[in-house]
Amino acid sequence: MQITGHAWTYGDDVNTDVIFPGKYTYTLTNINEFAKHALEDLDPDFAKLVKPDDVIVGGKNFGCGSSREQAAVCIKLSGVRVIVAKSFARIFFRNCVNNGVLPVVCPEAVAAIKKGDEISIELDQNIVRTPAGDFVFPPLSPSVAAIIDAGGLIPMLRRKLGTENLPLPEMKFGGGD
Amino acid sequence: MEIMGKTFAEKALARASGQASVSAGQIVDAQPDAILSHDNTAAIFRLFKQLGIERVKNPDRLRIALDHAVPAPTTQHAQNHAEVRNFVAQQGVKNFFEVGRGICHQVLSEEAMVLPGQLILGADSHTTHYGWMGAFGAGIGRSEVAALWATGELWLRVPESIKVVLNGALPPGVTSKDFCLKFIGDVGADGGLYASVEFHGDGISAMSLESRMVIPNMMAEFGAKNAYLPPDQKVYEYLSVPLQRRLEIGDWGSQEARQSLISNLQSHSLFADADATYRATYTYDASTLEPMIAKPHRVDNVSPLSALKGIRIQQAFLGTCTNGRIEDLEAACAVLKGKQIAAGTRMLVIPASSEILKEATRRGYISILLDAGAVIGVPGCGPCMGNHMGVPAVGEVTISTANRNFRGRMGTRDAEIYLASPAVVAASAVAGVIADPREVSGGEEEKRRGIEER
Repeated sequence: MQITGHAWTYGDDVNTDVIFPGKYTYTLTNINEFAKHALEDLDPDFAKLVKPDDVIVGGKNFGCGSSREQAAVCIKLSGVRVIVAKSFARIFFRNCVNNGVLPVVCPEAVAAIKKGDEISIELDQNIVRTPAGDFVFPPLSPSVAAIIDAGGLIPMLRRKLGTENLPLPEMKFGGGD
Repeated sequence: MEIMGKTFAEKALARASGQASVSAGQIVDAQPDAILSHDNTAAIFRLFKQLGIERVKNPDRLRIALDHAVPAPTTQHAQNHAEVRNFVAQQGVKNFFEVGRGICHQVLSEEAMVLPGQLILGADSHTTHYGWMGAFGAGIGRSEVAALWATGELWLRVPESIKVVLNGALPPGVTSKDFCLKFIGDVGADGGLYASVEFHGDGISAMSLESRMVIPNMMAEFGAKNAYLPPDQKVYEYLSVPLQRRLEIGDWGSQEARQSLISNLQSHSLFADADATYRATYTYDASTLEPMIAKPHRVDNVSPLSALKGIRIQQAFLGTCTNGRIEDLEAACAVLKGKQIAAGTRMLVIPASSEILKEATRRGYISILLDAGAVIGVPGCGPCMGNHMGVPAVGEVTISTANRNFRGRMGTRDAEIYLASPAVVAASAVAGVIADPREVSGGEEEKRRGIEER
């Protein structure tokens, strides 16, 4: 399977406050509003122009700071399914996995990708294809990959608990830092 | 077969996952002793409901404190708190701390809701805090807390460990905050990514417990999974008081009961083996350290105070889980006693808990702060993450005792945050510019002498 989109490139240490500002953590409760504020204090153009399957490309320590899961959720709701970075902050990494967003650690690809490049992620082969060449990234451990395959931790647990056929309560976020 | 020594993290996660031995890099299913959430409990409850089960597995393991926006500043925040209280009542959560009791990490420490050698996972990045007592504390996301409520376990990767040794004594006016800023500045904000950061050396053991608490708290800004300080007699004595109260062991004054608690805590503590393997080791000589400041908008963008004196500030904020304790208020009062906060500058003081507020009142600190012109806030997180109670205006500069200074952190994108120790924040409030407390404090005496000479 392949995901193809344009690259949104950023530097090192992009933190969760600029991805999803703390002032919204208890006031923005409608999940449909989340995508409008994605990366708000980092790049005001992102939320306006991002297209489904575009790829966020970051430097080292991407997603550092707060544990707020909205940072991963707002990115997912903006249509992004993959983030390629030199390295990830650990809670953000887990939050991505738990929401079905693939965190790809590939410093070589990050160095090669320019803003707006069309890039493809070959999910089965663990390859990032860029105009400057192809780069292999290390696969996730099987137990972690299974969470992404299930679409996130909650859907995976519903399957495990045998509750996957129960109707989902209305999905509303809000509240959480 | 050669038996390798184990780090604290390896021992703690072996215990939490019920295994004899685990090694760095291994993935384990751990069962935390304590599961922390705060105002985000309502959002976690909504995720929990998606799992389609009715009851939380071990409600006695939950620890919930309302602290992020307290008392509620808006209807939305109030609704959120109401949902948390409904959850607490419905699931029979006993360890719930209401609005005003204080910041979760401080309250759980004061109440001995976590113990040495235990594992606490929390929906808060500063859950690293519990390393001050030799517990394994790590931040996780909300979905993961929902999963823990349902199943009682979560996968964790056993982290590699970093060893930091602090030798010698800190000079007067230099604090554990300065040490942390220096260390993070030297190695970088991602220096501890995924790692367990252990602190050793006589410079650590000589510190008061309140000074120690700053260190694992700040390690969240180093990318650490958890941090660890070896527990000692001071830690056991501190925790034995609330434990004795809660467990109702013996008479309240019984030394015997207290001693048995202390030896119990000691025997449950975990210590790294002398031949454990570390990813890196850093050594600092405490006597060479000086007051440090983190500049906007990064915690590792650090300079010595001496290089930043004179920068105009509008707001000084003393509080948070990092530096809102009695020792911090004491340091600020030593600077502020008999002085006035500069015109055009405001100072906000938010004790980290109601116990600290009570003790500060008893000691006369609150009077000193009010006389100097400071504002006292309700125990909680205050403006740290921009919810309320001290959000800066556009273009304003805040000097703060908090742990994080990212752009927009305090609620305003175009505002600047400098991070410093409590005494430096207080001195800057008096001067209206970033200032050295050793100079401001000296000023009192010199001023008096100057007046007499005139």
